Amino acid sequence: MQHDDVIWSVINKGFCSFKVKTKSQKFCRNEYSLTGLCNRGSCPLANSQYATVREEKGVCFLYMKTIERAAFPGRLWEKVKLSRNYEKALQQISDNLIYWPYFIRQKCKQRFTKITQYLIRMRKLTLKRQKKLVPLSRKVEKRERRKEQKALVAAQVENAIEKELLERLKQGTYGDIYNISQTAFDKALEEEEVSSESEAEEEKEGELEEEMEEESEAEVEYVEDFEESDISDIEDGDKFAEESTDEEDKDEEGEKGKGKWKPGMRRKRGKVEIEYEEEREPAKRQTVRLQP
Amino acid sequence: MFYCVYSTFISTFYDLSKILGPPTSWFILSFPKMATPKKKKMPVQEEIQDVDNDSAMAVPSSAIPPPNISSIKNKMRRTHEFIKLKRQRRKKKELQKKRKRETEALGDEAPPKKVPKTIENMRVFDETMVDPQDEEVLHDEAHDEMASYFSRDTRPKVLITSSDRPRSTTTRFLKELGQCIPNSEIYYRRGLDIKKVITQALAKEFTDIIVINEDRRKPNGLLLCHLPDGPTAHFKISNVKLHDEIKRAPKSTEHYPEVILNNFNTRLGHTVGRMFAALFPHDPQFSGRQAVTFHNQRDFIFFRHHRYLFKNNKRVGLNELGPRFTLKLRSLQKGTFDSKFGEYEWVHKRHEMDTSRRKFFL
Repeated sequence: MQHDDVIWSVINKGFCSFKVKTKSQKFCRNEYSLTGLCNRGSCPLANSQYATVREEKGVCFLYMKTIERAAFPGRLWEKVKLSRNYEKALQQISDNLIYWPYFIRQKCKQRFTKITQYLIRMRKLTLKRQKKLVPLSRKVEKRERRKEQKALVAAQVENAIEKELLERLKQGTYGDIYNISQTAFDKALEEEEVSSESEAEEEKEGELEEEMEEESEAEVEYVEDFEESDISDIEDGDKFAEESTDEEDKDEEGEKGKGKWKPGMRRKRGKVEIEYEEEREPAKRQTVRLQP
Repeated sequence: MFYCVYSTFISTFYDLSKILGPPTSWFILSFPKMATPKKKKMPVQEEIQDVDNDSAMAVPSSAIPPPNISSIKNKMRRTHEFIKLKRQRRKKKELQKKRKRETEALGDEAPPKKVPKTIENMRVFDETMVDPQDEEVLHDEAHDEMASYFSRDTRPKVLITSSDRPRSTTTRFLKELGQCIPNSEIYYRRGLDIKKVITQALAKEFTDIIVINEDRRKPNGLLLCHLPDGPTAHFKISNVKLHDEIKRAPKSTEHYPEVILNNFNTRLGHTVGRMFAALFPHDPQFSGRQAVTFHNQRDFIFFRHHRYLFKNNKRVGLNELGPRFTLKLRSLQKGTFDSKFGEYEWVHKRHEMDTSRRKFFL
């Protein structure tokens, strides 16, 4: 007993390798500890008469330590197998720890209860479904995502679907729903071949340069000259209009600076009418002789 | 006299020209030498000129991607590089035109047009590729688990469920799938084992079970189990887009859709394709004009749900409805779901199977 106190004073105040200190609590990491806390009464090193309950692979054992065997560390702990029956096991604990301090007996029984409860829960859980966590490698996932994007681009799903649907239409799986007869279909095909170039709508690709050239050569349009008057000239423009009816020719080619005439653009300013007068050479002076 | 004085005055003051020489040399003395733009040797130039348009794969292994011209800060250098680039592009174009002219001139004698190599072209030869007239395959398919569907003995009835406690995205996904697949019922999984789900489903005469697994609030796995001891396929889901997320998507109707299965070429692909086909009723209602597509490309199965409209003989319009997602097959197990003791026909083993970029299994 004196030995215990000495041990405790050394361990408690000095260093104990099993002690774990947190802000509010002290824990004991010793595997034979009855409670997990670091107390004078529950320290397995500082009590020469001590008992615990531990389980190995689902079987519970009662471990006891007495002062008689303190000198033989190999034989120190006495191991008693507890029965599988809960009540019988409790009775066993009481019988083995008869005349032992109440604290240790109580704590042993409590510990044994807790152990049996968690063993029951473990057995229940194994019967239920267990979620399997599959680790994902980040690199692999990234690679897969990239491959998927590339596959999507290569797949051209919509085009494939359209092709398939058109084939089914051709084969006649739709019957007469769409009222497309074979002759009409052939005609449509022929027309398609003839007019494939001019139908720019059906070409979903962007215009190629060559086609641009062809179009520009084929369709030479003569567009009338767009004449827009400047903003500043708008009031003057009216005057000019009036004046042009008088014998003046004026070209009104004030550009607003917008440049080309776009087909959708509406003339913002009022329409100005222009009259042109050709300059004639002044009539030669003819001398007319008045005949008497 | 006056003139003489003036001239001397000039000569004394402006005799610099005689000393220094003509005015041009003054500039050299007075201003620092103009920095001529350094001709940066781009390592890729020669490569561009040499490229044959045949093989897109003929890129030397030391090809560094050309530096971005717009990141050069010096304007003179930048314009220089741009001019060079344009010149190269023009040359390439002229080459193409020349080649085209040559082929046209030769007419029939022209060498055959070169086809660029793609991953699909270069796919590793797969001995399990199915020939549609193969008798053995036809025989097998007449006797496999899905044969009862294809011989019209059974009608599909699908049970859709999820993992425990599904989140909002997953529940929406379930609902959309339920709308998309006709004759389907959605049940919430309340902690039941799949084996128990299967027994209950068999009792209620379901033909297929779909289980959507969820992770981090997103659906990430799909388990498709064909019922009267049909194969079980496990897929990985990615890129889910629901009806609400697709822009201007119209609502789908209750009509039976058509099924389109693209590119399921190997034996494994055939099995998987048949499993998908067995989800939908045999006779699609063409008045509904809805089509469900499973398109396989490089082992990724793209699911789409469209409403189509034939504009004329040559054009179809497609309007996307419903969910859109991609699947990747993880494993195919014979028999109903049994992960411990089931017999796996095919399991994706990354280290063995993902070694080549041109090898695919579906």
